[in-house]
Amino acid sequence: MTATSDREQMAYVSAQAADARINVELDTGDMTLNIGPQHPATHGTLRIAARLDGEQVIAAEPIMGYMHRGYEKLCEVRTYPQCTTLINRIDWLGSFANEVPFILAAERLMGVEAPPRAQWIRTILFELSRIANLSLFLGDMGVQVGALTPVFFAFRDRERVLNQIEEVTGGRFHPNFDRIGGLKDDIPKGWVDETRSVMVKMRTFCDEMEDLLVGNEIFQARCRGVGVIPADMALGYGLSGANLRASGIDWDLRRDANPGLAWDQIDWRVWTHPDGDSFARYWVRLQETREATRMVDQLLDGIPSGPIMAKVPRIIKVPAGEAYISTENPLGEMGYYVVSKGDLGPFRVKIRTPSFNNISVVPWVMKGVYVPDVITILGSLYFILGDIDR
Amino acid sequence: MSLLALPYWQETAIKLGLALVVIPTASLILVYLFLFKMMAFMQSRLGPNDTGPYGSLQLVAEAIKFLQKEDIHPAQADRRVFRMAPVVVLASTFLLYVVLPAGPDAVVQNLDTGVFYAMAVSSLSVLGILMAGWASANKYALLGGLRAAGQLIAYELPLILAVMGVVIQAETLNLQGIVEAQATGEIFGFGAIGNPFILTQFLAFLIFMISAQAELTQTPFDMPVAETELVGGFHVEYTGFRFLLFFMAEFGTAFAFSALAAVMFLGGWWIPGFDVDDNVLNILGPGVMLAKILLIAFFIFWVRFTYPRLREDQLQKFAWKVLIPLALGNIVLTGIFKVVF
Repeated sequence: MTATSDREQMAYVSAQAADARINVELDTGDMTLNIGPQHPATHGTLRIAARLDGEQVIAAEPIMGYMHRGYEKLCEVRTYPQCTTLINRIDWLGSFANEVPFILAAERLMGVEAPPRAQWIRTILFELSRIANLSLFLGDMGVQVGALTPVFFAFRDRERVLNQIEEVTGGRFHPNFDRIGGLKDDIPKGWVDETRSVMVKMRTFCDEMEDLLVGNEIFQARCRGVGVIPADMALGYGLSGANLRASGIDWDLRRDANPGLAWDQIDWRVWTHPDGDSFARYWVRLQETREATRMVDQLLDGIPSGPIMAKVPRIIKVPAGEAYISTENPLGEMGYYVVSKGDLGPFRVKIRTPSFNNISVVPWVMKGVYVPDVITILGSLYFILGDIDR
Repeated sequence: MSLLALPYWQETAIKLGLALVVIPTASLILVYLFLFKMMAFMQSRLGPNDTGPYGSLQLVAEAIKFLQKEDIHPAQADRRVFRMAPVVVLASTFLLYVVLPAGPDAVVQNLDTGVFYAMAVSSLSVLGILMAGWASANKYALLGGLRAAGQLIAYELPLILAVMGVVIQAETLNLQGIVEAQATGEIFGFGAIGNPFILTQFLAFLIFMISAQAELTQTPFDMPVAETELVGGFHVEYTGFRFLLFFMAEFGTAFAFSALAAVMFLGGWWIPGFDVDDNVLNILGPGVMLAKILLIAFFIFWVRFTYPRLREDQLQKFAWKVLIPLALGNIVLTGIFKVVF
């Protein structure tokens, strides 16, 4: 026998064997699908390594770190005022909200307290960045399930909020406006009325989203019952923010652990939803955006007069000590654990970001779902890559 | 009857030239009107408005952009199949145009089994999509290709069954015959506006439009493309001109399906309520037809820009459990009415 016929013989035998195997059991092997790091649904560089059986996910694992920028380490070689430039960029959609807990931690270490007017304006800007952040989610969730139009409405209306933030701080995305002991500047003239009219528009935007997505049968079919996280699982994985509230747990740091901002002086409520599915997460965020516009309205009514800056030394040296301050950021609990040795800059900063914990539930919740549901769940968990990798 | 009594070869040359002009033009009209302008209007954007009058030259810019891009093959790709796939898809679109009538005589080929032929060639595109999905050697493309195969086969059935109602009522498979049946028909003795089948076959019209939406992989049913999941699905690896071919085929087919719907449900080139001479209709017909096509296409794209996307299993359930029984019921009803009246 020649080599060629040998090979033919082998091919024939193996083909026969393959046929025989198919007759017994159709063996469909698993396929590993890398969703990301370059994938539109991960809005950034998250990678989900998913093992698929057909279109069903057997196992999914989030792999992060593609955008790690080392902010915790970088903070150690900067002075306290310089740090805000960096931490602005952690959750880049709600950037002012990032600065607040860090500044509050530094203030606590120094024993300084910002004057009431500064605290109120901080709260207003905080809620404005929440609206800017969540409104983009409300539109973006549409894109995740295939509706193109809502996200453009979101971009259009978010711009109004960003304009208001820019008018006060000078920066649309990275205000870098919060200072130890107060704020950099006061609000400009006429800003209060403008912001009120913007809040009316944002409520209209929320109504539009309610019509376009929440009331849509296809959206409900795609989101209801998809990615259900029961309350105990949500607690077990350390979820926070709207993801936790959508699982029926009434937990909001603004109410439960207010670190001195004006939230306790206005009338508002925490929204929860008992279902824990993707739809519940969308619904809770929609209600939260509405609630935030109402909060801003109330806050605008009651801005106290007075200075916007407490007395702080020109060169800021923070006394030795440790402080952990966390606030209810748009994405969930964001906390800074600041360790000071009495220098110009922090000795160590540990940043607790909400998305990092929120994404940890992915392997559990994605078991057995279909590939389209992976995207729905990722969208509804709502993470910002900078918030995961920081 | 023919307006132009030309030798066969001249007639063929004219028809061929027209077909080559009509198909790119058709997809360009849809892209410009709906994808650029209407989409921008619905999404409160401006859309292209600088290049040429009302941004109409944007299309030329886009085409040039595609032409100057590099033609990339993935290293693992099955090159021959990979190259052939867009051509197969576009060929199916081209073949559809053969039977679309634009006037009493303005048709490339007046086939006696026009409806049958149109349904048959429209499903050829599945082959091209499957080829593209398989040959790309990309998992996303493969998933997209398989989804497309499942979806297009599932929705082919209600599409054909919906058309059956029209065929029963018109008593012919010839598209010209269907137009004439609508022009001369009457609804229970009332014949002033003829009988556009959208009135008597409304259920069939709805089923046809829904299935066409799925056949065209437009949004509630755009699983095979699914930009946010499969990043483009079967055409994820295509660049430049090959991608342009897919793109043209998508919109060319949208135009052709709108035309089919216009012929079968709105009366094609015939103007309701007017008794116009055939020779005049040969001139006016294309215009009337275009108006009706744009009306139908408007609905297709309106839905596309409004709705989210279904999941693959929901999509299959909808086809097999809702659309097909409805379409079968429609056939039975039509049959009964046909026999009784």
